[in-house]
Amino acid sequence: MSDSATPKGAAGLRADDVTPEAPKKRPMAGLAGWVDDRTGTAKPVSYLLKKVFPDHWSFMLGEIAMFSLVIVLVTGVFLTFWFVPSSHQVLYNGSYVPLKGIEMSEAFKSTVDISFDVRGGLIMRQIHHWSALMFIAAIIVHMFRVFFTGAFRKPREINWVIGTILSLLAINEGFAGYSLPDDLLSGTGLRAAEGFMQSIPVLGSYVAFFVFGGAFPGEAIIPRLYTVHVLLLPAIIIGLFTAHIVLVAVHKHTQYPGPGRTNDNVVGFPFMPVYMAKAGGFLFIVFGITTLISALVTINPIWMYGPYNPSPVTAGSQPDWYMGFADGALRLFPGFTEFHALGFTLSLNVFIPALVVMPLLYTIAGAYPFIEAWVTGDKREHHLLDRPRNAPTRTGLGIMALSFYLILFIAAGNDLIAIKLGLSINDITRSLQVMLIVVPPLAYWVTKRICLSLQRRDRDLVLHGRETGRLVRTAEGKFFEAHEPLPALERWALVQHETPQPLRLKATVDANGVRRRGTRRERLRARISGFYFAEGVHAVTPAELAAASHDGTAHEAITPSREWVGQLHGGADERPETDAYASHEPEVEATDPTTGR
Amino acid sequence: MNEDGDEPTEAEVSQPGTAVRLDQGHIEGSGGIPERFTNPGPAPHVHRLADRDERAARRAEIQVATLFGISMVATVVFLVAYFAIDLHRYAFVPGIGQANLSNVVLGVSLGLSLLCIGLGAVHWAKTLMPDTEVAEDRHPQRSSDESRIEAADTILAGGTASQLARRPLIKYTLGGALGLFALPLVVQLAGSLGPLPKADLSTTFWRKGLRLMRYPEFTPIKASDVTIGSVFHVMPEGIQKTPDPLEQEGKAAVLLMRLDPSDILSAKERDWGHDGIVAYSMICTHVGCPVGLYEQQTHHLLCPCHQSTFDVTRDAKVIFGPANRPLPQLKISVDADNYLVADAPFLEPVGPSFWERG
Repeated sequence: MSDSATPKGAAGLRADDVTPEAPKKRPMAGLAGWVDDRTGTAKPVSYLLKKVFPDHWSFMLGEIAMFSLVIVLVTGVFLTFWFVPSSHQVLYNGSYVPLKGIEMSEAFKSTVDISFDVRGGLIMRQIHHWSALMFIAAIIVHMFRVFFTGAFRKPREINWVIGTILSLLAINEGFAGYSLPDDLLSGTGLRAAEGFMQSIPVLGSYVAFFVFGGAFPGEAIIPRLYTVHVLLLPAIIIGLFTAHIVLVAVHKHTQYPGPGRTNDNVVGFPFMPVYMAKAGGFLFIVFGITTLISALVTINPIWMYGPYNPSPVTAGSQPDWYMGFADGALRLFPGFTEFHALGFTLSLNVFIPALVVMPLLYTIAGAYPFIEAWVTGDKREHHLLDRPRNAPTRTGLGIMALSFYLILFIAAGNDLIAIKLGLSINDITRSLQVMLIVVPPLAYWVTKRICLSLQRRDRDLVLHGRETGRLVRTAEGKFFEAHEPLPALERWALVQHETPQPLRLKATVDANGVRRRGTRRERLRARISGFYFAEGVHAVTPAELAAASHDGTAHEAITPSREWVGQLHGGADERPETDAYASHEPEVEATDPTTGR
Repeated sequence: MNEDGDEPTEAEVSQPGTAVRLDQGHIEGSGGIPERFTNPGPAPHVHRLADRDERAARRAEIQVATLFGISMVATVVFLVAYFAIDLHRYAFVPGIGQANLSNVVLGVSLGLSLLCIGLGAVHWAKTLMPDTEVAEDRHPQRSSDESRIEAADTILAGGTASQLARRPLIKYTLGGALGLFALPLVVQLAGSLGPLPKADLSTTFWRKGLRLMRYPEFTPIKASDVTIGSVFHVMPEGIQKTPDPLEQEGKAAVLLMRLDPSDILSAKERDWGHDGIVAYSMICTHVGCPVGLYEQQTHHLLCPCHQSTFDVTRDAKVIFGPANRPLPQLKISVDADNYLVADAPFLEPVGPSFWERG
């Protein structure tokens, strides 16, 4: 490695590294010894404690989801002690005056009681709701982090699928949860859900009657949702979450590329003590911040909505935000897709957006790693993350999906937008319908161009170094801006990636001279591969750097030299290593453009 | 990656004989230049202040201890506030307005108690715990060939030992038994979840002669009470006394409006109404939300859930939004006392579509 790549004195710093005193070796005794005698856990425990985790802020997104899950479970258990999952109608006579004497379900009454008559009940309820929102938000952002960095590649495809299922379960768990208080808003959501079920071809009315135990609303749905919300879905979520974490440990965490980080190692800090403190501390930080938000920002004030009754409704009825995309799909899907024939009704205007869009989006998401693996034909394990710009097509597809999701999400608020901005709801809805079709491909294209440009910028930086902002004038009066080559440590992140090449069809003429066109499958694969990789921008190779240094006819050239701190740039004339401007202080520095000084 | 050779020295890179022109496109190594850059190895460790200066380390220690101390104080505040603050006391909180004092104090103290533990632990880790990165080797996920063969052998040997392949009678009966055993569970669950819908989705409480009642007061409405431009939320007489009022009201809710008869463009609508008074089902034909928003100038009904818009001058036809069918109209007239009554039940199912509705 060249001197310029290693900052001076680094070796010295390494020399006086403080090595902590190794504690005396002693055998396990006491309780730990007693446990190990019976379980033999000393070895796995020490393995886990020494496990190395890499550090990056984006790895905290999954942690936020994990800790929010813990918080939501703890506060959820608290709430079960006071909540009564019953649709039985009672008269309210608690301490919240505006509702006195009003008929409501026991579910609603007990939720109001938790909010007003149980000490600390409101804070627990609000922490529960806020951390549930945090859980889902963190899952979504975590998913995008994993997607854009290519962390789903082999060997992590299974974990991606588990994560996808977890995120789908999480939003349904959320829906079940906010439906439980049986308030006017959530009841309207259940009413819509019943309408969704009715739209199922052939079986719709039966499904609706089975789920609701008869006609809507009935008395069965609240207790049933309660079982789903506190037992069924949490059990599945905890099981899958455990598998998710175990697989993270088995695979060892991915890491971003950097000096010393390879596909065959993981560089970071050991669990004991660093991550014990950092991750453990982070649990408390997430819990603390969620609690502070819950103390200061009211969420879901059901006492203001009132108890559910099927005929009144509030303007601006919307589900919790994570169901927004599905609600938006319902608002955008055109009504002419309902068909009546032969005495039957096929209500695709409800069935598709309500019951097909969500599973379809999640299936595509879950299948993505397998599609990409097939397209690349790459069977290797990948533990180094991609910088999103280095996978332009994937990043473009991700932004395309994101824009599709966001437009559906915005559509769920079309009425609010119309009111706040004083626009016509019809115009907004029509525009969103058009945007849903036009924007995602556009977003794909723009993102891919941006990624390719960023890759070219990386190349430029490596080939021509960093602008120093120092102007240099030669003896002949020419001006240069001095450039500085990147130190090897910084350069590495810009040159380490591979650029996959599109797969080509195998020889079109076989050994006997007979033309073969390749199977349809092969041709499709070659075409998709071309779509993915035809426009690859390569990482700079050493040869190219050498060429950039020496080729005087190139547009820009720099002359690397171990002696030089600053580099000349922009001149057609190559300067020898002994050039005077190699010194730290150039002879002439242009300070005043008018005088040339 | 990049196991090939060492980092080229600058001298190597600069060898004039190996220079390659940039306009030759993407170039990989030639003439002794490696194809790719090699990993420069870990970056030099930069010491933190607390590693070099014991006073800085001591400061960090005090900061961590202070955070833990604040946490303890906040916990005590929570415990005191839990007992001391009246549950129904409201106070002005800056930035929020009137708020339940107990909730705010309990939440803030609990939040600080938790947050300070977290901040303290992280600060401790970042300032005082080792910050020298360590590397752990990865190994391929795949088991060794021997293990894979052994596993496959074990499974095969077990299969053979059980004589499953030799005794097809067992194989097929086992398959049959396992294939069927779940059926009772499925049938019990699916069969007992709810009753069959029968005609329930197609009928409502409305019958000929039932008075239209104001909701929720349940008082009858005289035709003269309904002025042009007014709108009434209406239920059939006696519905609140049924054993399942919520289920019945969910289907029977009706919106009553009076238009200038000359504004009504549909002859059927005019016939089914009374002197410009018309009654329409309130349950949206999209997914069943109550169509609660009436715009009296345009005579449009808007569903607040998904913005389906119905034009009351044209027999509640859908003029915008995701719904497909018009709202069903209830045929009304007046009785001897001039109160509005239903002239017939709804002639088609109300509410969202379903397969067999026709």
